[in-house]
Amino acid sequence: MVARAATGQYSRIRQRRSGLALARDILKPVFVHGFLIFSCLVMALPFIWMVLSSLKAQPEIFVFPPRLLPRAWLWQNYVDTVKAMPFGWFTYNSLKIAFLTVVGQSLSASLAAYAFARLRFPGREFCFMLWLGCMMIPGQVTLIPQFILFRSFGWLDTHLPLVVPAFFGNAFGTFLMRQFFMTIPMELEDAAVVDGCTRFRIYWNIMMPLAKPAIATFAVFTFMGSWNNLLGPVIYLSSYNKMTLPVGLAFFQGQYGTQWPLVMAGATISVIPIIALYIGAQQYFVQGVVMSGIKG
Amino acid sequence: MAAADIAAPAARASGGWRLRRPGLAQWLEALPFLLPTIIGFFVFVAGPVIAALLLGFTKWDLLTPPKWIGLGNYTQMAHMPLFWKTLGNTFYYTLLYIVPGVALPFIVAVFMNQKTKLISIYRSVFFLPVVTSTVAVSLVWAWLYNPEFGLLNFFLSKIGIKGPLWLADPKTAMLSIVIMSVWKGLGYTMVIYLAGLQGVPQELYEAASIDGAGRWRRHLSVTLPLMTPTIFFVAVTTIMGSLQVFEQTYILTQGGPAYSTTTLSWYIYVQAFQWLHMGFGCALAYVLFFIIMILTLIQFRLQRLWVFYG
Repeated sequence: MVARAATGQYSRIRQRRSGLALARDILKPVFVHGFLIFSCLVMALPFIWMVLSSLKAQPEIFVFPPRLLPRAWLWQNYVDTVKAMPFGWFTYNSLKIAFLTVVGQSLSASLAAYAFARLRFPGREFCFMLWLGCMMIPGQVTLIPQFILFRSFGWLDTHLPLVVPAFFGNAFGTFLMRQFFMTIPMELEDAAVVDGCTRFRIYWNIMMPLAKPAIATFAVFTFMGSWNNLLGPVIYLSSYNKMTLPVGLAFFQGQYGTQWPLVMAGATISVIPIIALYIGAQQYFVQGVVMSGIKG
Repeated sequence: MAAADIAAPAARASGGWRLRRPGLAQWLEALPFLLPTIIGFFVFVAGPVIAALLLGFTKWDLLTPPKWIGLGNYTQMAHMPLFWKTLGNTFYYTLLYIVPGVALPFIVAVFMNQKTKLISIYRSVFFLPVVTSTVAVSLVWAWLYNPEFGLLNFFLSKIGIKGPLWLADPKTAMLSIVIMSVWKGLGYTMVIYLAGLQGVPQELYEAASIDGAGRWRRHLSVTLPLMTPTIFFVAVTTIMGSLQVFEQTYILTQGGPAYSTTTLSWYIYVQAFQWLHMGFGCALAYVLFFIIMILTLIQFRLQRLWVFYG
């Protein structure tokens, strides 16, 4: 291995001398970008296929070999889809739940994060580690007791079970925001303390405005999770007009399973908002993933 | 509170600010900030975790009062062939998923780790499946997997292979779910790797080059060891996630055909929410919890053999 690597090195020097370096400098990017472009096509193909299929006529779907482009672009499919199922409601419900989840988790997590980052109290480290450890518990364990609890509250078929827990803390958010708060210089706060500022005002007027990037990161991450969540809505929601997009879409497929253009149109409708958000706030999505990797 | 008061001088000794207050006062100051989290911890995490353990020892259909049956659910499980099949399926999925799920994103990330503007475009495309819901993409894949009119078998027929029945065949159904899951999760893991790769100091590559290491050698001796903590994290979370696979089965197969894709998570859902076997569902959830804990512990034990913390 070493010998081969060494000859590789020598041959590179020779290549450079003989002017082959130019060919190498061209070939390498061609290879790298060729590989990446091909992979991107593979990655994007299902989405391209989804959109194109959503615009085809029903008989056109069942032809072999499949045709890439629709013969006539049937935008009518989208009208039919929205008429067949209350996609407007689904979208509204998804937006409402995702928005409230984001607000609840950002508030409760940042409050706890402030205490863990800045306040001193006995057992702080233990409490923090315990709270982080909760991330290890699989959701299936708490699922059934939570269901029974919310059922006893009479919250079935309401949005409350999907929204209320968000206001009561989130371990990942607490971790992420604590990391950020700890990077903010103490001096800013010291001055405020001297001026007789309350703890809450320091949190709200000094720390939160500074933590905007961290909150944005956490917010898009939370939004994505809530928007795409299936299990919660499946368990708690039963009437049409309360369903979110994923569960509504799953239901739609159950009803119109063979009408693929309509199902594809429904799927397209459901992914457009989140893709739009992703394109607009890409750096925060990526940051959120990177942060989720750091906690390990 | 006595314990809190004792702990305060210790905190004072370790240095810091505003330490003249005793522990109780410190807690009173922190409490408003921590209250939502404390309530959440007890009501939505700790409480349910204990409740699930206890419910696992009962038989309960929500309609009649729960009946204590001790280890009844667990012994019943042990005698059910379907339970063992479910367990087998869950491990089979994890086993099929783990190698491509951990290695493929790494290869792509190494390719992506370049200094050009195009990278952000590539990354966006790879990340698209991550942001879209499993439900929506599963519907598309269900159509791609269609044995007669699907795109996949069309491509296979182009290169002279008669495509399988994919989701309709018990032999290939799980594989189909794995392929889609790899496609969906690739971008996420890749971004984590990419962040790790950008943290590898450039000087090390230069030093390796001077020592005569070629491209592959550099990746093998510099990139790989320095990336092992990231790979470890990815492996742990990937296994944890794989053992809990649910949404894909919900849309693509509903556990079929012939129970070939009935995973533990899907089985918990069916038992608890379709058949209202709340006690049995909780017992199953604890089996899952236990498996995840054991596997995670094993991984942490094994990490000293291969993870390099420079």
